[in-house]
Amino acid sequence: MLDADFFRRWMTATAASVDREADRLTALDSPIGDADHGSNLRRGFTAVTAALGKEAPGTPGAVLVLAGRQLISTVGGASGPLYGTLLRRTGKALGDAAEVDEQRFAEALRAGVDAVMQLGGAAPGDKTMIDALVPAVDALAEGFAAARAAAGQGAEATTPLQARKGRASYLGERSIGHQDPGATSAALLVAALCTADGE
Amino acid sequence: MRMLINVAETVVADALRGMAAAHPELTVDVENRVIVRRDAPVAGKVALVSGGGSGHEPLHGGFVGPGMLSAACPGEVFTSPVPDQMLRAAAAVDSGAGVLFIVKNYTGDVLNFDMAAELAEDEGIQIAKVLIDDDVAVTDSLYTAGRRGTGATLFVEKIAGAAAEEGRPLEQVEALARRVNENSRSFGVALSACTTPAKGSPTFELPPGELELGVGIHGEPGRERRAMMTSGEIAEFAVHAILDDFTPRNPVLVLVNGMGATPLLELYGFNAEVQRVLTQRGVPVARTLVGNYVTSLDMAGASVTLCQVDEELLRLWDAPVRTPGLRWGV
Repeated sequence: MLDADFFRRWMTATAASVDREADRLTALDSPIGDADHGSNLRRGFTAVTAALGKEAPGTPGAVLVLAGRQLISTVGGASGPLYGTLLRRTGKALGDAAEVDEQRFAEALRAGVDAVMQLGGAAPGDKTMIDALVPAVDALAEGFAAARAAAGQGAEATTPLQARKGRASYLGERSIGHQDPGATSAALLVAALCTADGE
Repeated sequence: MRMLINVAETVVADALRGMAAAHPELTVDVENRVIVRRDAPVAGKVALVSGGGSGHEPLHGGFVGPGMLSAACPGEVFTSPVPDQMLRAAAAVDSGAGVLFIVKNYTGDVLNFDMAAELAEDEGIQIAKVLIDDDVAVTDSLYTAGRRGTGATLFVEKIAGAAAEEGRPLEQVEALARRVNENSRSFGVALSACTTPAKGSPTFELPPGELELGVGIHGEPGRERRAMMTSGEIAEFAVHAILDDFTPRNPVLVLVNGMGATPLLELYGFNAEVQRVLTQRGVPVARTLVGNYVTSLDMAGASVTLCQVDEELLRLWDAPVRTPGLRWGV
């Protein structure tokens, strides 16, 4: 069973990994975006960690709703609303249970990913964070490690795609040949589940 | 990296402090990043709020003042502001006559303004939105993010601002803003990449002797790269790209806009070429504005925006405006 503490660890682990990988995310964002994905997400997850340190939400859902709200209020750009919506809607789908099992979490995360697809209008194959999140949710039934692997592969698989959403889409065919920074950061978020799980 | 900054993290806040010191006619909330005209809310007047990433100065904060914007929200460099900023701005300027959000078509700007509109309406503020999408360099389809909003933003903010100043209701100001956008087209070129404070090095590599055609205003590369062209050849390429997309039947407003690092000497020379091409293509010019208005940090290059005007739009364009970045008739 996963409790509020697990979800706090998930957010902290994501913050640490975003901090560590910020330069790589920014470098990926440089040829096809505007070279700030790493610094923007770092600002957001730093705020998430600070907020979770100040308030201590007692349920898994409340942890994710608070984290999502922080991202919307601090990140800006497209990443703020999209990641914020992912966490808020996942949190809302978890309800106010004190503990949730992994299947319940997988269902809630799928609701979160659906909300992101609706908000951003992106579908799999558009070279966005969705390309990491959808395979991760599909693999979650087999455990966190399987989700991590699927998200990582999904992010790598964005390289040959032509972007159809977000700023990279303005480059048309020139976006081909670059891994999508959003899919890469989404893979970090999924990978942090394993860290939170004590791996 | 050689930049006149302290550290990348405080670039926006530092600029706002300096702006506040230079422009006592504006209220600058440095902490919450909202720039408001000092006399807002103006009773009975529709308020105009715009915003977007920083790095495009004077857009948008430099266009706050009588005759143009009521408030602006600067985000991080090249990053949309957050809904909290827009909500705060709307609340500060709404007189009860409603607020028009002027949004450039970038995913981040659109999403954050949408969220802000929902929050503002929850607080009883009437919101209308207009989306600016004038960049003909971008292929538009159902399956893409659509065209970028660039230079037309200035025309929309000025003309809708003048209409709001006349006391017109929200629906009319919104319709007018939409009409200006529908009648505007832009095309931009880059002669160098720009350097964001966060990255500290150019956002893309542009070898000497080459240029990028069809750029936006966020340091991303354009649609294609070519060997360097003369000012006259670039003007032909840009104006033809615009006129391939629409044929003005009326006179146009011309904006020859610098990206930040191209001197006026070059921009005026470029404008001479733009005017030559327009004359050759039989497009009459009503007014021309040359300068750095919708910039991309230290990028070298320029964009051309044409806005087809009728008598009403031209009169509103000529109406008095008093802002840090645009000022006439007062």
